[in-house]
Amino acid sequence: MVKNIVYSIKSPYRQSMDVIGYTFGSGELSCCIVGALRGNEIQQMAICAQLVDALKHLEEKGSIAKDKSIMVIPCANYYSMNIGKRFWTMDNTDINRMFPGYDLGETTQRIADGLFKSIKDYAFGIQMASFYQKGDFFPHVKVMDTKQESYESLSDFGLPYGLIREPSPYDTVTLNYNWQLWGCQAFSLFATYTDHIGGQSTQTAVNATLRFLVAKEVLVCALHPGSHTRILSEDKICRVSVNKAGILKKRVSVGDEVKAGGLLCEIIHPLEGNVIDQIVSQIDGTVFFAFSGQLVMEHTDVFNMMPG
Amino acid sequence: MIKSVSVAALPVTENLIIQKNRIENDLKPDCKRVCIVTGTHGDELEGQYVCAQLAKFLSDNKQYLTGVVDIYPAINPLGIDSVTRGFPMFDLDMNRIFPGSPNGSLAESVAYDIVHDIEGADICIDIHSSNIFLREIPQVRLSEQTEAMLFPYALMLNVDFVWIHTAATVLESTLAHTLNMRGTKTLVVEMGVGMRITESYCTQLFNGILNLLRELGMWSGDTVQVRDPVVSKDRGVGFLNSDAAGIFIPCIAHGSYVKTGELIGKVLDPITGNMVELAVSPCDGLLFTLREYPVVFGGSLLARILGDGNG
Repeated sequence: MVKNIVYSIKSPYRQSMDVIGYTFGSGELSCCIVGALRGNEIQQMAICAQLVDALKHLEEKGSIAKDKSIMVIPCANYYSMNIGKRFWTMDNTDINRMFPGYDLGETTQRIADGLFKSIKDYAFGIQMASFYQKGDFFPHVKVMDTKQESYESLSDFGLPYGLIREPSPYDTVTLNYNWQLWGCQAFSLFATYTDHIGGQSTQTAVNATLRFLVAKEVLVCALHPGSHTRILSEDKICRVSVNKAGILKKRVSVGDEVKAGGLLCEIIHPLEGNVIDQIVSQIDGTVFFAFSGQLVMEHTDVFNMMPG
Repeated sequence: MIKSVSVAALPVTENLIIQKNRIENDLKPDCKRVCIVTGTHGDELEGQYVCAQLAKFLSDNKQYLTGVVDIYPAINPLGIDSVTRGFPMFDLDMNRIFPGSPNGSLAESVAYDIVHDIEGADICIDIHSSNIFLREIPQVRLSEQTEAMLFPYALMLNVDFVWIHTAATVLESTLAHTLNMRGTKTLVVEMGVGMRITESYCTQLFNGILNLLRELGMWSGDTVQVRDPVVSKDRGVGFLNSDAAGIFIPCIAHGSYVKTGELIGKVLDPITGNMVELAVSPCDGLLFTLREYPVVFGGSLLARILGDGNG
């Protein structure tokens, strides 16, 4: 394992922020794995930390293929993480809206540029991603539909779902999208949580990443093949939102299978305690995303249901 | 007349209400409608005073108005109320979610209602301040894609500068882009600094909007002679970013003309007092952006200079 500083930035009042990359093996730039770009992506950092630990042992056992290298960057924004902030400390900008970056630009553009220069030439890229809304996910992997690659590799993670996303304008400045523009096959891996570490979901993400590395012949070792992956377009997911605001009382959790008509949640009057609305599933499906807030506004997406 | 554009329930008894003040007079079948929109980012307040001035003045002098002026002072009222740039409880920039969706999250649903309400107006003016970090002279920003359609109107607004910039894909989700692509001519004004009101700039734009109304045949009252703005066409913009970290002390007035190599300010190390960077102008031209917030990292924008076009 080689530990090096991928990018460094100075603050007037703190120690410099050194973004650390851990490299395993040598030769061809095979796969780069990026963890937290935001200060609350604690599980994303923890997954990468576990990967560093696993790859260190695998490298010692000679399990990294000849002339292949893997780089892991667990956290590219610990300035924000250390003060409990999701976005950049000073101007609240999002590093994952600054790619491919600009070396003469603003601070987060420079961080994105410094990071991207070090990682853009890898054949495969995996970002441990999080969602802007508070909530828990069924672990899955996603690619941006940039019409440049096949999506069969989604199966190599051995997760139950692989999603294909049609990019929105704001996606064009994300790491994943720009990786793909540079010819890297890029994936976003969503673990269950963002701002806390789930033991099982961390292990699921670590195993999925190692499985992918084995499938791509970057690692040579025996691993459980994982699940069959159902690949589908993200727009097939059924969004369930609430029409009333109040206290959210969920009746199902991520991973639960629900029949059409099955109760998903109730909305409780916040001052009087009575049930003011009940939301039932419109389809037979699996709970794929569940909002984790206690209070809901009107129109809040509280569940995503995977059909079938 | 105060009207609700969008209403949605918040968790505990309160509603989020987006309001507009409709001022109308002498309505004819083909009369025009102009929309003034601001408050997308909760820390940008310059537009508040422009809207307040317009609402009061137009209401008190309605006899000179022909048509409809819709004033939307706060399309992100929760943000303004809580000194929050974005839409509280929603981690995306509100000006990156247009055109919104009737079936989306609360912010997307509000965005949809706003677009639906403004769409079809003859002109929309979307007023932004800078953020808390930078001070801007009053300016209209247009993309090259919309220049032909919007430039004549930009000249009517009494601004000091018209910046015609290249289009960026990410900006396709702004309110202005959404409306322009739907045929509602929308001009973005930037001026002043975040969290403050610069009275002179607000009055300058207020006079520009009255002039626009006059040019559209909607206003028969008095107006002032508007300024002839500097235009960025064929003139480069020089960016001056800090390479060092420290505190920035400017030493030149915002809006000045500067020469190549002229001192704009210094970056000092706060613990030793040593100068760690001399910030000098990269070109001759107009200093249209100057940093307001003193603490800087490597990369922090200190100034922007519009080149004088002499190479």
